[in-house]
Amino acid sequence: MDKLVKVPSNALIPERDLGKLPILDIRHLGIDFGGLSAVDDFNLTIGRTEIAGLIGPNGAGKTTVFNLLTNVYHPTRGSILLDGKDTAGKKTYQLNKMGIARTFQNIRLFKNLTVEDNVKIGLHNATDYSMAQAILRLPVYWKEEKKAHEKALELLSLFDMQDMADWKAGSLPYGAQRRLEIVRALATKPGIMLLDEPAAGMNPSETAELMENIRKIRDTFHIAIMLIEHDMNLVMGICEGIAVLNYGRIIAKGSPEEIKSNPMVIEAYLGKKGGAKAHA
Amino acid sequence: MLFLSQLINGLQLGSIYALVALGYSMVYGIIMLLNFAHGDIIMMGGYFALVAFAATTNPVLAIIATIVGCVVLAVVIEKVAYKPLRQAPRISLLITAIGVSLFLQNLAQLIWTANTRAFPSTEIIPAITFNVGGLSISLNIIVTICVSVLSMVLLAFIVQKTKMGKAMRAVSEDTEAAQLMGINVNNTITYTFIIGSALAGIGAILYCCRYPIVNPTMGSLLGLKAFVAAVLGGIGSIPGAMIGGFAIGLAEVFVTSIGLSAWTDAVVFAVLIVVLLIKPTGFMGASMTEKV
Amino acid sequence: MKQYYKRISMPARYLINLVLIIAFLAAGNAIVSGGVINRAQSSIILQVGIYIILAVSLNIVTGYLGQLPLGHAGFMAVGAYAGAIFWKSGYGASLPAGLSIIIGLIFAGIVAAIFGIIIGVPALRLKGDYLAIITLGFGEIIRVCIINLPSITGGTPGLMGIPKYSTFLVVYIAVVISCAIIHMLMKSRHGRAILSIRENEIAAESCGINITYYKVMAFAVSSFFAGIAGALYAGYQGLLTPASFDFMASINILVMVVLGGMGSMIGSIIAAAVLTSLPLALQALNTYRMVIYSLLLIIVMIFKPSGLMGTYDFSMSRILERIINFKQIRADKKAKKAGDANG
Repeated sequence: MDKLVKVPSNALIPERDLGKLPILDIRHLGIDFGGLSAVDDFNLTIGRTEIAGLIGPNGAGKTTVFNLLTNVYHPTRGSILLDGKDTAGKKTYQLNKMGIARTFQNIRLFKNLTVEDNVKIGLHNATDYSMAQAILRLPVYWKEEKKAHEKALELLSLFDMQDMADWKAGSLPYGAQRRLEIVRALATKPGIMLLDEPAAGMNPSETAELMENIRKIRDTFHIAIMLIEHDMNLVMGICEGIAVLNYGRIIAKGSPEEIKSNPMVIEAYLGKKGGAKAHA
Repeated sequence: MLFLSQLINGLQLGSIYALVALGYSMVYGIIMLLNFAHGDIIMMGGYFALVAFAATTNPVLAIIATIVGCVVLAVVIEKVAYKPLRQAPRISLLITAIGVSLFLQNLAQLIWTANTRAFPSTEIIPAITFNVGGLSISLNIIVTICVSVLSMVLLAFIVQKTKMGKAMRAVSEDTEAAQLMGINVNNTITYTFIIGSALAGIGAILYCCRYPIVNPTMGSLLGLKAFVAAVLGGIGSIPGAMIGGFAIGLAEVFVTSIGLSAWTDAVVFAVLIVVLLIKPTGFMGASMTEKV
Repeated sequence: MKQYYKRISMPARYLINLVLIIAFLAAGNAIVSGGVINRAQSSIILQVGIYIILAVSLNIVTGYLGQLPLGHAGFMAVGAYAGAIFWKSGYGASLPAGLSIIIGLIFAGIVAAIFGIIIGVPALRLKGDYLAIITLGFGEIIRVCIINLPSITGGTPGLMGIPKYSTFLVVYIAVVISCAIIHMLMKSRHGRAILSIRENEIAAESCGINITYYKVMAFAVSSFFAGIAGALYAGYQGLLTPASFDFMASINILVMVVLGGMGSMIGSIIAAAVLTSLPLALQALNTYRMVIYSLLLIIVMIFKPSGLMGTYDFSMSRILERIINFKQIRADKKAKKAGDANG
């Protein structure tokens, strides 16, 4: 794990990513829902191969940040540069093409389709033939479909799921469903992958395996990963930079060690000492 | 003067649409179902009135029989066809409602044949016309508007002030939470159907007094338009249904009065489409967004 | 299926299907023109074909895309009038019959698809129930327009003197080509994109799928084939009246798709065939036909909401594969049973 260094804009990124354009550069991001600001003045820079964590108590606005980054919600304020390009006004699918992929807190698989088809849908834009070519079953269709099939199995084998290719996604065990979502996101060839609570509902050994896999994905594909997670072992174990969100604002940023010892973070998670007493 | 009489005419038609639209809106609010069969319950109400009046020749008894008949029918439909599908996908429920609508139409055709029958409208509301400053208004129009407005006021009272109304609002807000608060969801749904179909029964009589004929398919176009009214106003919203009903009634009357009667239905649907595209949930509808 | 089962290669699969299609054509043609059945029965066969195309095309939007449009008869009407007007016009009449049929059908499909796009773009911004209402509205508007534009459409009395082009051969080829194209489309990346929208729109979009584009595309393809079916209907009846394309006609097609199983092409085909031929064949049932229809619809929804065939898709090759691997499969099953008993 590289140590974090400050870049001129005051942001922290891992040392090895210095000198490269950050994959994500978020400035003063904010959104209001009915007059209330759910996220405000959110600033974060993520290096090209960084594993970043976004943590915070329930309702802090973590998933809202992911929704803003993928334009599921359109920000009220601020700007997002994805690979140096402004994402304002783009549709979610366009952002995916520009290099951002995600998983969901409440798993959103294509349940009635096979595992392989789920991954192939992720490969949609990498599979290149037109509708007419498909209907006429021209050679390019067969070639591209074969390529997609092989690529899908290759990606599934990352998680040792290639034997489940013919299963219906909805019939997979819970942990496998979460892994399939990651594979599907990976199939879209992202520059950064957003994982929303990837370890939720997993047991400790599954979580440990997931940590290994997240690292492996980063090292194999040289992409950045940003994750929301409540499992502190996972976050402290693999994240290089961590941002802590509370009431829609970042209250702390830094390496796992810095975050662990930050009094503001401890307060956000455990409450004020005085407050606790007053209740008792 | 012509304008004024057209306006009153439109208000009469609109108040009938509003009554019927309320039935759609309430059911949608509570079980998220577009109850396609609602128009056909009105058609059945027309036949009930016809049969009851033929048997008793007493208008009051005929009206009561109609309302009771509509209520019983709606409750049976809810218990038999809709209740088993509470947990099913919405599309299945919608298709079932279409099935019920088809069933009622064809059942009526089997029992009473496809022929159009005359409705004894003047026996129920006497054909008296008042002259107010050169404007002639029939008793029919006055009764229709008054009864509709009264029904709506009563409905508003039930929904806002009674315990059952509170339960209805709670269930339409969040069924599971309401259940956890000790509200009997099944009963609440049944009550909603009872109120909606009682309004339909009243609507059936008023509609048949305005257009004094009854046939097995009369419910579908009336239903469609009332349904458009409900959607236009914002489905699930009671004031929305009233506004939508009056809007459609007035639009229809004015389109007819400028000599485009053949295009009325197209105009009604065109208005709906335009409104939905501008405000996808209708005038008064709350917007729904899926949580990601 | 495990690797060691024998698989039928792709070219062989297509060959099997081609042989089946030709065999059916020969058998059908022999039956229809060989005097085995009477005129009424052969007209039923034509209607079955037309309804198969209608059901299979509606299935694209209802079964595969997961939306519920209630105006399919409207697109059928557009195609029917477009085809009929073309065939009656100077252009259509001046061409040799075969060419005129082909151009007329394609023209009908394209006009219907254009309507599909015009209607689909706004309608598909809305979801679920609202989409159902808005398509219902468009269907009604189309019908009112047909009634009120008698100079083009013949108005309420109808458009008469349409050449009766819809022979068994024409309908059969149209059915085969329509089903084949829809099948090829659905088994491609475009088809997968459509399915992914049905499964989960938000996830589909985050996988880089332009959901608006694919929704409109599915809608357009669906209307295209509805238009072709409409033109075939025109060529079968020789007369078009607006009453044939009312709301009930849309519901009729929907019933076929739903009963057959949303998302199953073979289900749509079987349901269209059964529901079209049964009442026509058994005239005695006619009085009760619609009552039975509607009850069936309700009962199927209550007890098997996914339709009779679910999402099952028929494949001759798969059945053949089961037959050639019969011994192996049985041995595996036995082994599995033994394993279960031990474990």
